[in-house]
Formats: sequence, C-alpha cells, structure tokens
Amino acid sequence: MRIGTRSTALAVFAAGTLILSACSAGSLGSSDEGGSGSVSITYLTTNQDQDVKEAEQLAKDFTAKNPGITVKVETRPGGTEGDNIIKTRLSTGDMVDVFNYNTGSLFQAIAPPKNLLPIDDQPYIGDLDENFKKTVTADGKVYGAPVGGFMGGAVLYSIPVYTKLGLKVPTTWSEFMANNAKIKASGDGVAPVIQTYGETWTSQLFVLGDFHNVSAAEPDFADKYTKNEAKYATSPAAVKGFEHTQQVHDLGYENKDFASAKLPDGLKMLATGKGAHYPILSGVVANMIATYPDAAKTVGLFALPGDDAAKNGLTLWTPGGLYIPTTTTGDKLEAAKKFLAFVASPDGCKSQSTAGAPTGPYAVKGCELPADVPQAIKDMQPYLDKPGASSLALEFLSPVKGPSLEQITVEVGSGIRKAKDGAARYDEDVKKQAQQLGLAGW
Amino acid sequence: MKSVTITSIRPRSRSDATPAAPAAGGKFYTPYSFWFYLPTAVIYSVLFLVPTFASFYYSLTRWSLFESKFIGLDNFVLFFQEPALVKGFTNTLIFAVVTSGSKVVLGLLLAVLLTSRIVGRGYLRSVVFFPVLVSTIGVGLLFQVLMNPEQGLINGALGVIGIDGPGWLTDPKWALMSIALVDVWKGVGLATLIYIAGIVSIPREYMEAARVDGAGSWESFRRIVLPLSRPATVTVVILSLIGGLRSFELIWAMTRGGPGFTSDVISSVIYKQYQAGFYGLSTAGNVILFLVVTAIVLPLSWFLNRKEVNL
Repeated sequence: MRIGTRSTALAVFAAGTLILSACSAGSLGSSDEGGSGSVSITYLTTNQDQDVKEAEQLAKDFTAKNPGITVKVETRPGGTEGDNIIKTRLSTGDMVDVFNYNTGSLFQAIAPPKNLLPIDDQPYIGDLDENFKKTVTADGKVYGAPVGGFMGGAVLYSIPVYTKLGLKVPTTWSEFMANNAKIKASGDGVAPVIQTYGETWTSQLFVLGDFHNVSAAEPDFADKYTKNEAKYATSPAAVKGFEHTQQVHDLGYENKDFASAKLPDGLKMLATGKGAHYPILSGVVANMIATYPDAAKTVGLFALPGDDAAKNGLTLWTPGGLYIPTTTTGDKLEAAKKFLAFVASPDGCKSQSTAGAPTGPYAVKGCELPADVPQAIKDMQPYLDKPGASSLALEFLSPVKGPSLEQITVEVGSGIRKAKDGAARYDEDVKKQAQQLGLAGW
Repeated sequence: MKSVTITSIRPRSRSDATPAAPAAGGKFYTPYSFWFYLPTAVIYSVLFLVPTFASFYYSLTRWSLFESKFIGLDNFVLFFQEPALVKGFTNTLIFAVVTSGSKVVLGLLLAVLLTSRIVGRGYLRSVVFFPVLVSTIGVGLLFQVLMNPEQGLINGALGVIGIDGPGWLTDPKWALMSIALVDVWKGVGLATLIYIAGIVSIPREYMEAARVDGAGSWESFRRIVLPLSRPATVTVVILSLIGGLRSFELIWAMTRGGPGFTSDVISSVIYKQYQAGFYGLSTAGNVILFLVVTAIVLPLSWFLNRKEVNL
C-alpha cells in the first residue's frame, strides 16, 4: 500500500508539472524584459551561411548606432520546413520580435493582416522600390522592409569555357542549345548544363526563371493564371519551361551525376570550369565566391533564353522581407521598428554588402552596389537598366504557387515524366493552393 | 500442445483470467478510488481524446492554422484525386510486404543461428540488435552517403570487383527497394530477438524425442521449430507490417520520396501536404492512413491468431 500512495503522489506531481509548464511556455519570451534602458530583441532568419553572416553583421552595426538595443540572431531551416515553422510560431503567438520571410505568394499565405504589424507610417516607406512594395502588400497595407538584394533567376556560365570555344552569350533558346552542342562536342568532358537534383529546389529554374519570356509572349498570363483561366500545360509559352527541362536531359547535356549532386557540387563544377551553364538564382553567387574567390571573375550571368531575342529579359525575385509580428509590444516594438528602419537605409545596405557579395541591386533608394561586385551580379545591371528587359517572377505576381513543382521538374529533368505531362500535373498541384487561399474561380 | 505457446501475444481467454473489474450488477468493484484515476484521466483526455476528435473535425475543414472553414468531405475527395496517392499506396504496400517478409525469413534464420552453440553467442546477438538502437534519421543519412552513385562506398566497392552499381537512391527503379533494404538491415534485429525468445522457449524434450525418432536438422526445423515459433511469427509479421505501413523517417531521410514521386509512401505524401500548409487535407490523409492500417492489420491479426488455436 505504501507503494500505492507514493505513486499517487508521483502521478499528481507529474500532472501538476505538466499543467504548470503549459502555463509558463507562453510567457517565456517576456522574462528577459526590463533592465535599465537596455532592450534586447530577437531576429529570426534562415540558417544558410550567407544569411546568418548577414544577420549578424546587421545586428552588430545596428547596435553600434543604437547603443542600448541588442539584437539576438536566431535561425530556422529554409524551404517548406521553414514555412511550417513560421506558420506554427505565428499561430501559437510564439514568434520572435522580428523575422525574415519570403515576399509574394508565401507572404500572402501567413495571413498578414491578422499576424503582422503594418509599416505604412514609417518614414522610410517612400524610399522602397515599388516592385518590392507590391510583394509585401496585403489588403492595401505594406508589412515588410526589404533585406538583401534582388535576385535573378538566370543562367550562370563559365567565362573561360566560353572564351576557349569562342562562344557568344545566347539570347534565344536555339542559340543556347547550339552552344551546348559545341561544348559537348569539344570533348573536354565539360558538362554543358549543370543540374543538381540532390537539392530538389535547384531543378525549377528552367520553369520559374523563364517567366519573363512567358509574360513577354502572353502579357496577361499572371492575371489569367490567378483566375484559373491560364494553365501551364495549355499555354504554348508557359509549357516551354518544362520542355526545356526535358530537352537538356534527352540530349544528354546534363552532368553525369545530376541525380545526386547538390548545390555545392554544382557551384564547384561551375567555378572550376567542369560545367558550362548552371540555371540557378543569383543568390548563390555570394556562397560560391566565398569558397572559390576566382569565380568573381570567371562566372558570368545571362537571362534564360526564350524564343524571341528582342524580348529576352531577366526574371527577378524580390528581396526577402523583414516583418514584425503583432505579438511584439512595448520597448521591444520600438526597438524592432528602429531595426527595420536601419536595415532599409543606405547604412543597412552597406552593412549587408560588408557581410558578403550582394545577390543583386538593393530595393532601397540611395543604396549603391559596391564597386567590386562579382561579374555575375554586374551582368544583371543591363537587364535592369533597359526598360522592359526584366520582370518579377510569377510567384510575386500571383498568389498561386504549387508545392510540388520541384519534384515535378526533377521527374521531367530525369526522364521519368514527359514535359507536357509534368506541366499538367503542376496545374493540378496549384489547384489545392488556390483553394486553400480561397481564391475566386477555383 | 497448447501449453507450449508460452510466448503467445494472445491474452488467455477471458474465462480463466482473473478479472480486475467484473461487472457486478451495474456497479463496478474497483480497488482504487475515483480520485486515483483523475490525474491520468485528465492527461488522457487532454493529450489523446481531445486531439483525436479535433482531428476528425479538422479533416472536414480547409484549415490554415489561423482559421478553418468547414467544407464537408471535400478533403477526402481531393485526397483520393491526388495523383501521388496511387503511387503512394502501391509503394506503401510493396514496402510493407517486402520489409515484413524479409524480416520474417531473415529473422528466423538468424535466430536459428544465434540459438545454436556458436562462439561468442551473446556478443553476436547484441551485434545483430545494434542497428535497432541507432537513430533512424542517422542511418538514413549515412546510407544516403554510402549509396551515392558516384562517390558512395557501396558503388566504389562494387567497382573494384568490376560491377557498375546502379544509382541506388537516384534511379526510380531502385530507390524504394534500396530503402527497403536499409529498413530490413535496421529492423531485423528486433525480429531476431523475438524469434530467439520463441525458439528458446521450445522445450528441449521435443528436439531430443525427434532426434531419437531419427529426424535430421531439416526435419526438426520444419516439424518443430517452425510450427512452435508461430506466435513469434505472428508478432513479427504484425509489428513489421504496421511499421512498414507507416514508415516515414527512413524514406524521408534517404530520398524525401524522390526522385520525383517515385518512392513516395502515404506518410510522406501526408507530410508534404502538411509542409505545403494544407492542414485540413493532410489531417484527412491521416484519418485515411489510420483506417487503412486498421483495415489491414485487424483481419490479419485475427486470421493469424485463429490459426494458432487450431494448431
């Protein structure tokens, strides 16, 4: 019987601690408040090397300008795993004071009016790029400040390979394929097109990066797409992205280990001249140069080529956004607002450029790229300067984006599925997303 | 013969078990007071009852974590229209049957070996059990490196003896089987352990009697060990089948259902829907998975146990 009473006590104790810990979990965040005039805020960013470096540099430079406010950097995984963390933390009221997240369709999916603080009243709002502002606006209010630069979804190419074989930067798909044929025929063992399906997101560029060419051919594609009137499988311009993915596989232009290679393998091939073209986001350039400093000069960039040389242009991804959740209050809120203002100022841009090569031009007026930017980033500028030679990626113009595109493009690029079939499957995939968002017409 | 089935997972029939709480005229006799049950009852309902019923409700809604909208059975309709689902279902069944079957065969053979008089028996028994103790994700990541078609140790070793190994995890034809192989390697220790317990509990007299009657090794294995370790077989089949049907970690760590969708199973389809933020849809998927596992395992368990009685 003695054992009986003891275990009762134990059970009651266990239940008690459970209840207690359930109560205190929510209030943990506020326990470190107070202190004489010094505030500490937490900034959540992704765990990519370059992002962490940038966040820490920003935190350091911000504190130097605002003594009394310290910024703690916290990290989260990227991709869909990160999406889930952001959503869960927001819905449980457990979000940090400031966080970094995507703009465009992913931003729309976190219910901004409900979870985020609008920043329309901030003085720097007029200095922000119009294209960027559009991607962080919900219900007519702006919610995010830009962090990082614009990114291009384009082809990074090896300049030494081009010089050696006397190739010209292509502006149409057929020129691009002709270059690939020459590279393959040269017999140097250089892979014409680098693909790295070990990291599935890298497989999407032939489709996503082609959007400028799609919208050049069908200017109202994005609108119709949102309204469920245009489809990838049935639009002759849009399906090209899938066809291109299949073509490079069918003609044997991919590197031999395309199925298992990862992003760092791809960057290595490109930087060392073992691969000629790598369709990817210009955001990876900083990483590549950190490992292979020479690549700053030996790797260039051109927009994904389409059918019409005259209309060829660059597809752009807007910078990430910094957001303040509605759960941030009091001193921390003031500090968080100051932090956003700092990041969205020329000083903030300078701080980011110190942390590593920028991914492209900044979205804040008065921010200049440093003189020593890598060649690949320099190559983006002509597209941006020429009117009509760049447009935002589809995910910033339409909230409709399916979650399985990367698996589908891996299948198409590995010869498991045909282009047309892949496009049709992606059309099915986006349906769920559109319904989840409650869009009209789905 | 009945008295031999010591390791049976089947509870003794109701009549000869001493009942803890027999129904005596409406009022239950219980040795504990009501208060004694309360803490566990609270924990049970907060952690199990409420979520279970909540999940049944949410499976009928379009749920974004921030708000939910009742949409009836649309999620189930959508889930069954999912093209990945057909592939996921067949893959799940193939995976469960292959792993469960191999574990039965290998587990039994290993158990026979490890109950024989060999040197270092205790050590060898623990070695076969080690993989069970290692983290599944760790095993998955390790084998992902080993099975890399270009730089992996496995294809490197095969290359030495002149075999051009396949892309274990990158070739759609091989991916699922490679994962099944690793799953068997990791899980066979548990099957072996259960079989060892089953075989050890067979009285020596039977073997001795059989030997006197002139039975050889094959005969004793076929006529004594195999039938008398039936309860162990039932346990192994059911445990590994359930494990196979809901297997996820290993597949996720090794291929994430790839390349493309070729090694997707139901659990990974559901997980990807969670990741994509389709919370209602994936909750519906979980409800379906629960029903499928029940629909397969219940009749199977009934069938296997019934056979045991007729022994």
